[in-house]
Amino acid sequence: MTINRRHLLGASAGLVAAAGLNRFGLTPAFAQAAPSYKPEAGAKLRLLRWVPFVPAEEAAWLANTKKFTDATGVEVRVDKESWEDVRPKAAVAANVGSGPDMVMSWFDDPQQYPDKLVDVTELGTYLGGAHGGWYPGLEGYAKRDGKFIALPLCAIGNAIVYRDSHMKAAGFQEFPKDTAGFLELCKALHAKGTPAGFPHGKAVGDGNNYAHWLLWSHGGKMVDESGKVVINSPETLASVKYAQELYKTFIPGTESWQDVNNNRAFLAGQVSLTANGVSVYYAAKKDASMAAIADDMRSTNLPIGPVGQSVELHQTSTLSIFKHTKYPEAAKAYLQFMYQSENMNAWIEGASAYCCQPLKEYAANPVWKSNPIHEAYSKASASLRPNGYAGPLGAASAGVMADYVLVDMYATAVTGQMTPEDAIAQAEKRANRYYNV
Amino acid sequence: MTATTNPPSALGALTRNNTFMGFLFLLPAAVFLLCFLTYPLGLGVWLGFTDAKIGRDGVFIGLDNYKALASDSVFWMTVYNTVFYTFIASVLKFGLGLWLALILNENLPFKSFFRAIILLPWVVPTVLSALAFWWIYDAQFSILSWSLIKLGIIDTPINFLGDPNNARFSVIAANVWRGIPFVAISLLAGLQTIPQSLHEAASLDGATGLQRFRFITLPMLTPIIAVVMTFSVLFTFTDFQLIYVLTKGGPVNATHLMATLSFQRGIPGGQLGEGAAIAVAMIPFLLASILFSFFGLQRRKWQQGGQD
Repeated sequence: MTINRRHLLGASAGLVAAAGLNRFGLTPAFAQAAPSYKPEAGAKLRLLRWVPFVPAEEAAWLANTKKFTDATGVEVRVDKESWEDVRPKAAVAANVGSGPDMVMSWFDDPQQYPDKLVDVTELGTYLGGAHGGWYPGLEGYAKRDGKFIALPLCAIGNAIVYRDSHMKAAGFQEFPKDTAGFLELCKALHAKGTPAGFPHGKAVGDGNNYAHWLLWSHGGKMVDESGKVVINSPETLASVKYAQELYKTFIPGTESWQDVNNNRAFLAGQVSLTANGVSVYYAAKKDASMAAIADDMRSTNLPIGPVGQSVELHQTSTLSIFKHTKYPEAAKAYLQFMYQSENMNAWIEGASAYCCQPLKEYAANPVWKSNPIHEAYSKASASLRPNGYAGPLGAASAGVMADYVLVDMYATAVTGQMTPEDAIAQAEKRANRYYNV
Repeated sequence: MTATTNPPSALGALTRNNTFMGFLFLLPAAVFLLCFLTYPLGLGVWLGFTDAKIGRDGVFIGLDNYKALASDSVFWMTVYNTVFYTFIASVLKFGLGLWLALILNENLPFKSFFRAIILLPWVVPTVLSALAFWWIYDAQFSILSWSLIKLGIIDTPINFLGDPNNARFSVIAANVWRGIPFVAISLLAGLQTIPQSLHEAASLDGATGLQRFRFITLPMLTPIIAVVMTFSVLFTFTDFQLIYVLTKGGPVNATHLMATLSFQRGIPGGQLGEGAAIAVAMIPFLLASILFSFFGLQRRKWQQGGQD
């Protein structure tokens, strides 16, 4: 590997050995490779984060935070908000200029108020160089005009989970890799009375994941590079028609599904195939009465469509520092600390495959090999495509997703309320309201 | 009366001045109203004329938000949904609530027990009861579907929240369940203010039960009905929690109300200006219902059982 990386490994080992003294600015040997941030005297930090989905993930994060406090004396308070509430809270904090110093937010949030965030280009560039590089999809969320306004934290991996025995009973020995084979599998599962199900309702996470996969796997996109709405395309039409075929094989009622419905239906044995985060596996594993389901459960990535590569949305989280913080250096030092190899690895391990690494070095984390179920989730950061692909991120891309434009487009077509052509035309019109300001 | 003629006792004169004291006593309430009602309302109306986004101040764009909404099929769908939802739910709540109030007004055994228990749906936090309804309406695990399947009446679960019309009536049913106690208890209070002597006199004159209801109970109750139904309509029209828990506006916006669309676009969507415009668009409907009840239902002629 590169000199850089060896430097870093040596650096972190040395830093751990020396009790934090030379971690912040007192090591001239590494001064050029690793930026050093000296926390302001009496600095205190507040981080606003989403409520953890996996308790061990939070424990690891807090343990790292405690290590940071022990080393620097900087207290860090970690506040939690339900994941849908982080966006408005963070936006208000940015707007009024008070509240938390840092935020762990979702998707294109940093792009909505870039001028209220501390430029972390130095840190971002250094971390990328030191840890094998950022995944491009994640990096896209954190960068604006070539500058880091946030640090990519993780992708919440989304993958297909299915019942192995039901797939085999339907006559498939291997999970199909492409969309055409996938449709055949779903038809066979339906015929056997063990159907698949993907949410067509207002499921913020799962619904958007599914809709974006449908669109992108067929080569459709919401906007082009310049932000012009190009949803009305033959590729989109093909994806809608594909969704209609797939929908016929689903369990009834998916158009009312919200985020938890697919988990519930899967765990109750009502559907044999859906897509979700790894949490559904742990829910089954935790419960002794679902041991049979947990043993029978397999995971795989969503099939590859005509576009020829694995493309997915996934939930993405970034960390950013508000300009209103009184202690920007302490905040940078905190972030730098959290991304150090041993800390980041401990955190990824704690999240037990729920959070996929932002930097390529951490793909070697043992968690991905510890359970075959985890493997599909390890590819989330690599297959990730930013929301509003291929256009610029910002208020428009965020608004289109929050208004469920794409989810509604597929739902109106599959339920037969509109023809595919009309559904696409309506989506085009709605998207234009956001992009044409 | 003139506070300035005698400077040494100016304060004393002031305190004896009714106008001044009246103003002084009103001041806290006025400040309260100004800060917590007028200002937010004014700000909301102003935001509706701007392109404010969360995290960014907007600039004045005139009626652009409203023009955009006028050609937005989703918005018109929510207007239709809201009116439909409010109308059906209010009629049902009124009918069932009045019926319940009349029953509770009779001399039943355990009268106070029933009167207390009737309030339960209203006392339970909306989010909790909405979650309960969510399970009742679940696409796979609905207790209603399950029971009907076990009884052999249907084969497949009812698609409560997936089919647009089913979903509309399902959320209305949940709203009615929640809203009845308010109507019933308020009307019951109204019923108890009707003097028994009127009923007795009518009975002596040979009036039937139906006639007594039509010519005594109903007219005497009209002022209460006007107030209760105004409130009921306002609550229903601005309902949010129930929809947000049950469907988030789905399937395909069939149960999206103006309030939920306003939130969806304003807060998670970040389009504060447009969200505010949708909320402001609710005001004419709300005003109309208030005016209807105050100038219509409270007419003296109606209250005295007469016709126009």
